[in-house]
Amino acid sequence: MNQKRKLIVGGIVIAGALTYMIYAGVTQSAVYFVTPAELRAAPVPGKAYRLGGMVVPGSLKWEPRSLDLSFTLSDGTATVPVRHKGTPPDLFGEGRGAVLEGSWTADGYFKATLIMAKHSEEYKAPHDQSEAGYRELLKTLRGEGR
Amino acid sequence: MRRLLGGATLAGLVAGLVMAFGIAPREATQGNVQRIMYLHVPSVWVAYLAFGVVLVASVVYLVRRDDRADRLAHASAEVGVLFTGLTIATGSIWGKPTWGTWWTWDARLTSVSILFVMYLGYLLLRGMVEDRERGARFAAVLGIVAAFNIPLVHFSVIWWRTLHQPPSLMKPGPGAMPGIIVAALLVNFAAFTLLYVYFVTRRTVVLGLEAEAEA
Repeated sequence: MNQKRKLIVGGIVIAGALTYMIYAGVTQSAVYFVTPAELRAAPVPGKAYRLGGMVVPGSLKWEPRSLDLSFTLSDGTATVPVRHKGTPPDLFGEGRGAVLEGSWTADGYFKATLIMAKHSEEYKAPHDQSEAGYRELLKTLRGEGR
Repeated sequence: MRRLLGGATLAGLVAGLVMAFGIAPREATQGNVQRIMYLHVPSVWVAYLAFGVVLVASVVYLVRRDDRADRLAHASAEVGVLFTGLTIATGSIWGKPTWGTWWTWDARLTSVSILFVMYLGYLLLRGMVEDRERGARFAAVLGIVAAFNIPLVHFSVIWWRTLHQPPSLMKPGPGAMPGIIVAALLVNFAAFTLLYVYFVTRRTVVLGLEAEAEA
């Protein structure tokens, strides 16, 4: 094996190792959002969280005059009451996914400072009225949930 | 040959626009904003393709020391950076009305940023090394290493929890898109691929002329 080949093989091994380390590191430590069940398991008042889940149908209350928004977020196993002041994005709604930035309060609710609507990978023509399955959406929300 | 390719590219892009704005339906949940997808997804496809070509051309250069492979890698990296930028810009414009934010540091957006910066670095490295042959060698190594980002970007939405939705095409199970939306996407995929080939062949010719002039 000549010098050149050794360099190439070495480079590929190093790059592969780097990729694996990034993958393993990010998987174990950095989680983009926690689920309601994870928040319920160890809630720390005042700590900043990103919380992801589904808006429970029938739980959404919106006061356009005071911009007070309240709803319940669920991951299928646990729920968290959420309060927010402001206007949510257009795609935000009951039975849909959302990722919230905010903090857990000592009063037992999640105070959201930013609401992001999570879009599913389903695209529909307007005449197709079938709602994307709740279960299907939950699946995309959790990803490979670790 | 050049004119034929240019004409086909132009025709493809016009057909893509007609499909995206005329024929594809207004998406039920998102409305017209969803049409950005016909630019966003083909852009990222071209970026993947471009960096894939950089990878192959870099390997060929290291093995054969053929300057044509080096010029192909150089041209392809430039086009790839352009389309990665386009992907990020269109995604951000789509994200504001859809998600409610221009930007968030989830795994997809973070990994695509790393991809963008690495290939910007690749182009910088090419410009920085004084000795042309040495510069080409360094660039080839980086062109191979940086390609490991491509699967990271693509599978980020499957491996990690993200705000970005998982892929709608090329996923197991029933289709997540009506046929007409898929058709509009495919036309734009083809048009953007032609555009990529056109850009890269033109740029490679120019790089060859530059090398000749220097020699």
